[in-house]
Amino acid sequence: MEYLTNFFLPSAESTYAANVDALFHFINIVSLILLVGITIAIVYFSIKYRRKSQEDTTPLITHNTTLEVTWTVIPLILILIVFGWGFNDYVEMRTPPANSYEVYVESFSFGWNFEHPNGIREANQLTVPVAQPVRLIMRSRDGDVLHSFFVPQFRLKQDLMPNRYTYAWFEAIRPGEFVYFCTEYCGGGHSMMNGIVRVKTQEDFDSWTEEELGRDLDALPLAELGRLVYTSAGCQGCHSLDGASRVGPTFAGLYMRERQFTDGSTRIADEAYLIESIVEPQVLVNVGYPNNMPNIYAQTLSEREILGLVEFIKELQ
Amino acid sequence: MSAAATNGNTLKVRYFDIDENPPKNYLNAESGLKSWLFTVDHKRIGLMYLASIALFFFVGGVLALVLRTELFTPAENLMNAETYNRIFTLHGAIMVFLFIIPSIPAALGNFLLPIMLGAKDVAFPRLNLASFWIYSIGALFTLASLAVNPIDTGWTFYTPYSVQTGSAVILMTFGVFIMGFSSILTGMNFIVTVHKMRAPGMTWGRLPLFIWAMYATSVIQVLATPVLAITLALLIMERTLGIGIFDPALGGDPVLYQHFFWFYSHPAVYIMIVPAFGVISELIGTFSRKTVFGYWAIAMSSLAIAFIGSLVWGHHMFVSGQSELSTVVFSFLTFFVGIPTGIKIFNWLATMHKGSIDMKTPMLYACIFLFLFTIGGVTGIMLGAISVNVQLHDTYYVVAHFHYVMMGGTVMAFLGGLHFWWPKMTGKMYSEFWGRISAVIIFIGFNLTFLPQFIMGSQGMPRRYYSYIEQFQTMHQLSTIGSYVLGIGFVIIAVYLAHSLWKGEKATSNPWGARTLDWMTSSPPLQHNFNYQPVVTNGAYDYHKPISDFTLGISDDVYHGNDHEGDIRKQSAETV
Repeated sequence: MEYLTNFFLPSAESTYAANVDALFHFINIVSLILLVGITIAIVYFSIKYRRKSQEDTTPLITHNTTLEVTWTVIPLILILIVFGWGFNDYVEMRTPPANSYEVYVESFSFGWNFEHPNGIREANQLTVPVAQPVRLIMRSRDGDVLHSFFVPQFRLKQDLMPNRYTYAWFEAIRPGEFVYFCTEYCGGGHSMMNGIVRVKTQEDFDSWTEEELGRDLDALPLAELGRLVYTSAGCQGCHSLDGASRVGPTFAGLYMRERQFTDGSTRIADEAYLIESIVEPQVLVNVGYPNNMPNIYAQTLSEREILGLVEFIKELQ
Repeated sequence: MSAAATNGNTLKVRYFDIDENPPKNYLNAESGLKSWLFTVDHKRIGLMYLASIALFFFVGGVLALVLRTELFTPAENLMNAETYNRIFTLHGAIMVFLFIIPSIPAALGNFLLPIMLGAKDVAFPRLNLASFWIYSIGALFTLASLAVNPIDTGWTFYTPYSVQTGSAVILMTFGVFIMGFSSILTGMNFIVTVHKMRAPGMTWGRLPLFIWAMYATSVIQVLATPVLAITLALLIMERTLGIGIFDPALGGDPVLYQHFFWFYSHPAVYIMIVPAFGVISELIGTFSRKTVFGYWAIAMSSLAIAFIGSLVWGHHMFVSGQSELSTVVFSFLTFFVGIPTGIKIFNWLATMHKGSIDMKTPMLYACIFLFLFTIGGVTGIMLGAISVNVQLHDTYYVVAHFHYVMMGGTVMAFLGGLHFWWPKMTGKMYSEFWGRISAVIIFIGFNLTFLPQFIMGSQGMPRRYYSYIEQFQTMHQLSTIGSYVLGIGFVIIAVYLAHSLWKGEKATSNPWGARTLDWMTSSPPLQHNFNYQPVVTNGAYDYHKPISDFTLGISDDVYHGNDHEGDIRKQSAETV
């Protein structure tokens, strides 16, 4: 049974996951009984009543009220059970406990930002304590598109919109790392827009908090800052580090390579070009790639962060 | 004779044997390209639809195979993410708007509806031709969008992405907007035809169940399609004029778009599946050679599905950010679609009980339909349960579910219907041997393609993903192999059907021993279906009566003129 459960569903890692799974299995079992019954009836009738001669005659049976009431009422009872069960669990999934730890979630094309109550910011990774209800207050960045936050092992999914806040909550029952996905189609980097929810014991979580709060970004060397910005600003959604072509050109070996543009011109990818292409990406568009990079980084990144990205790219030779 | 009289007129009816080999039929009565493009004959229009949808099914199918090939590994196999997004959008849009919505209603429906009613043509033959041309113009717009900049929004055109993307959204949605009018006009034409063009004696209780299904479908087409047109018009206005309706950057609301879109597109699911129910009723009745069990239950459940199906669109939006109360109400209503659907399945099974079952290719497809559609139905119940839906929404589970309904349901019924009426439409018999072989191949290929998608979906594999994490690879590979098997099945069908046109055996007027009026004329039918106004004196499924009762009844009181050729079998006075 456990093997079968794991075959259909990922491990259940939140407090309400087990209830969802129970309903999933209940519907599957009832459906299987129904399907087997129907299949047996089809096969049995097809053999028993196969046509023996072209002169076969059949009885006139127009209807049978008892039978018809039966196969209306039994499914009716079943669907009411399924509705009530699903409704009951849904109420729990939508009602965060009062003592919840609150995290702000921002989605954008193509990445995620999380902000903790103590000011710690994380990008494309969320760290939370175990056995603690966590309430997510979520929205998509202004001017961006819809996204959806989906953690299969928590049985949690909620869409994010640019113009309003949506909410979700979960309480992890075990420490571990659980993948999350974007499940609302959002363009070229949609399938790369995943990350990890890290669930830590309270002790580990506390020491992680201390470490994070003590870190001074201004003291980091430019290239290391750039590595952090690469994920926090969402560059990794479109630009790979291993030479693979995604929505945009790879960063691997980009520095000092000749680039060809859609207007026919070419340029060497030196520091000046890299900065310009981050700040004003629509001016020179690389041949073979869409002109869809957001024109926001002059506002959202500091000058030092942009220089950091350039240094980071330069190191990827 | 069970049905009640319509107006109590007593007609003198003469019964004739069916003319098996008329010198002229609808295919050879006129010739030349113009005689096709400007025909008002519903049968020729039906065939032109059939050719168009076959073409688009081929294109959509090839795109599906390209997608499955790309997904064989998580890495880049054939194309980059941008191209992949365009191709899955085109696959969806072509299959939904250009293939499946017009498939059974426009192709089989046009061909059969007037003949089954005993009419010469639909109520408005010129409007019917206009529908076909509107469909063609809409299709040209969507094809033009391919040439300009193929759309990458998904077939749902969700805002704000569809407002922001650089692809040719306006051309595509304008094409769909235009095709909507074709659907509305066809629906209206059919409703009027069913009301006003029934032959004497064709009471509501004698209507073939295919007609009841087409009637319910037409009602949905007329009522729901305008909302799609409005939605797409608003979307186009937002994109071109910057009027804020759906885009939050302009003060609009993206959830409103989803409500508008699904207000049409959920009933559209029933535009796709209800005609399939009609086909299945005909197939199971004919090949079980037995009165269809629970005629009124099947007829009325189509209308019930059309009604309830119009109230459940919000179940596509459980996690969209709509209010919890809406989610609960939509979930509750959704389950009630399951009741009339279940009733149909049980009625069909009861029809097979004590029948005389001949497992010809169309019946094989009907049985495949029952199996696959049941899976599609019960997984729909799964998706209706709110707490489970949160896990399954926008994963491959949903992809598998709607392919079981749309392909396992509608396409299987369409294939069954195509084989069933192929002799009637073309006058040629297809190869029964290859028919059964390809049906089995398609059954195996279909399940191999889509069963793994249920599993990876509930495991958490999101849909519309160009790449995926490693744990899903085995299921993706099984699915891809299945899709190739499926493709082979369809190639075999194309080959033997094409072959039958040249070398097929000549079909008789009624090769299956069916009882409806479409089998009471030659194969292929005469240009005006019947030489005289037929009179109906039996029910559509009176299989307890001998086949010799089912000759063409003609009344001189209705159609004046006394020079009908052929031998009169008998003559009687009938109250109709």
